[in-house]
Amino acid sequence: MVDIVLIPLLKIAVVVNAVLVLVTIMPLLERKVQGWVQSRLGPMRVGPWGLLQAIVDPIKLMLKEDITPTKADKWLFTLAPIMAVVPALAVFSVIPFGGDGLFYITDINVGLLFIISVTSIGVYGIILAGWASNSKYPLLASLRAAAQLISYEIAVTMTLVSVILTAGTLSMVGIVEAQQETGLWFGFVQPVAFVLVFIGGLAETNRVPFDLPEAEQELTGGFHTEYSGMRWALFFLAEYANMIVIAAVVTTLFWGGWLPPFPSVDALAFLDLIPGWIWFLGKLGVFLYLSVWIRATFPRYRYDQLMRLGWKVLIPIAIANIVVTAVVKVWLL
Amino acid sequence: MVETIVFYTLSGLILGLGVAVITTPNTVHSVVFLVMNFLGVAVIYVVLEAEFLAVIQVLVYAGGIVVLYLFVVMLVNLTRESEAHQDPRRLSLFGLALAGVVLLELAGIVVYSYGREPPAPVAAAATSPVQGNVEQIGWLLYTDYLIPFEVASVLLLVAMVGAIVLAKRELS
Repeated sequence: MVDIVLIPLLKIAVVVNAVLVLVTIMPLLERKVQGWVQSRLGPMRVGPWGLLQAIVDPIKLMLKEDITPTKADKWLFTLAPIMAVVPALAVFSVIPFGGDGLFYITDINVGLLFIISVTSIGVYGIILAGWASNSKYPLLASLRAAAQLISYEIAVTMTLVSVILTAGTLSMVGIVEAQQETGLWFGFVQPVAFVLVFIGGLAETNRVPFDLPEAEQELTGGFHTEYSGMRWALFFLAEYANMIVIAAVVTTLFWGGWLPPFPSVDALAFLDLIPGWIWFLGKLGVFLYLSVWIRATFPRYRYDQLMRLGWKVLIPIAIANIVVTAVVKVWLL
Repeated sequence: MVETIVFYTLSGLILGLGVAVITTPNTVHSVVFLVMNFLGVAVIYVVLEAEFLAVIQVLVYAGGIVVLYLFVVMLVNLTRESEAHQDPRRLSLFGLALAGVVLLELAGIVVYSYGREPPAPVAAAATSPVQGNVEQIGWLLYTDYLIPFEVASVLLLVAMVGAIVLAKRELS
């Protein structure tokens, strides 16, 4: 009873809470880094160096009035934020934070497919939010977001096939173990796939330079324009949770998960002293920082450019990558 | 015991959601019920230890096809006015007849299979040299069911080419 109910529940509680804490820290990191990029200080008023901003912001959102527009579809208007958040958090059940069985909730043999399929459910939150608001700009934004999500999902999924071919397994733990056996992180074996997945991930989480669904100048704020208070915060939470998902998936698939650099080199064996979960969190932090850095650096794409990049550049490269990987795997190794 | 309870709870839920799909007046609501229905079916697959099928069910049906449904339902204005000149009872009678045929078929299956031994599991799964859900399905698809698999992929290719031809019609 303790083994099959209590321990998994404890693990789920720890992981969900850790993700939520990270989600509250992310906006602060984002504002600080963007401030530094633009030679500003970022938030400074609340607490030392503005660090308490991470606590004050969620409190403000919880205390705000939660408005439902009169003409909105009330049932779907409430359901949409839930349908956005649940998949984003559910994905963490298969992400290995460390090599020991203690550091992941479960290791299913279809782990990577599970991640792909569960994140594909998240699109309902966006579409239904736009439709249920019964307001034209949110509807336009949600259609944009859905089209963007579906387009880039194809590219990302096809790219992941080449990673699966390289690793020979769908289990997330198995993929990291395959990197341990190879002695190389797959980022060095599959650099093209890494770039494709990271770009696709930015697009799927509606980050700059792919943040068209939230283009304020054209859409007055995006699919969540009519939302306020905690229900708006849930969309915010889902978006940052999805960012962490992308960073965690990239870390696991391409940069060795909990492994230290070059796990097969004996001279670097002293790096094993640092526990695996610290390596994982460190790499996670690098990719989260990278996405903030990209946001502060690049301008937004135009809609036709976005679609051209997805369909005419990323998908052909992904297919070519699958073919090359298969040829190398079958005939050259 | 636990599995039986889970199965009947889920079945009840899935049937209830199915009824909700066809009785809800709002089309978007009924699409949402359909998504939940598919998710419930995926959980039944997990209980049957067919994890691959469960994940594919979520990915293809809940995550892919129903999104298209939702697009169509949201963008096409579904009003009932065009049916005004028709006799609504004719459609209901037709539906009733179809439902009756399905009911007879199900009853026939129940009568036929009552008291018989359930068929033995497919032998190929036991003899396949690989372990695991995904591996076994892949093995079967590329050995015993190679030709149906290839025919299905050709069919998909034809559908894809057809869609492109239809969309690009003005170029010719």
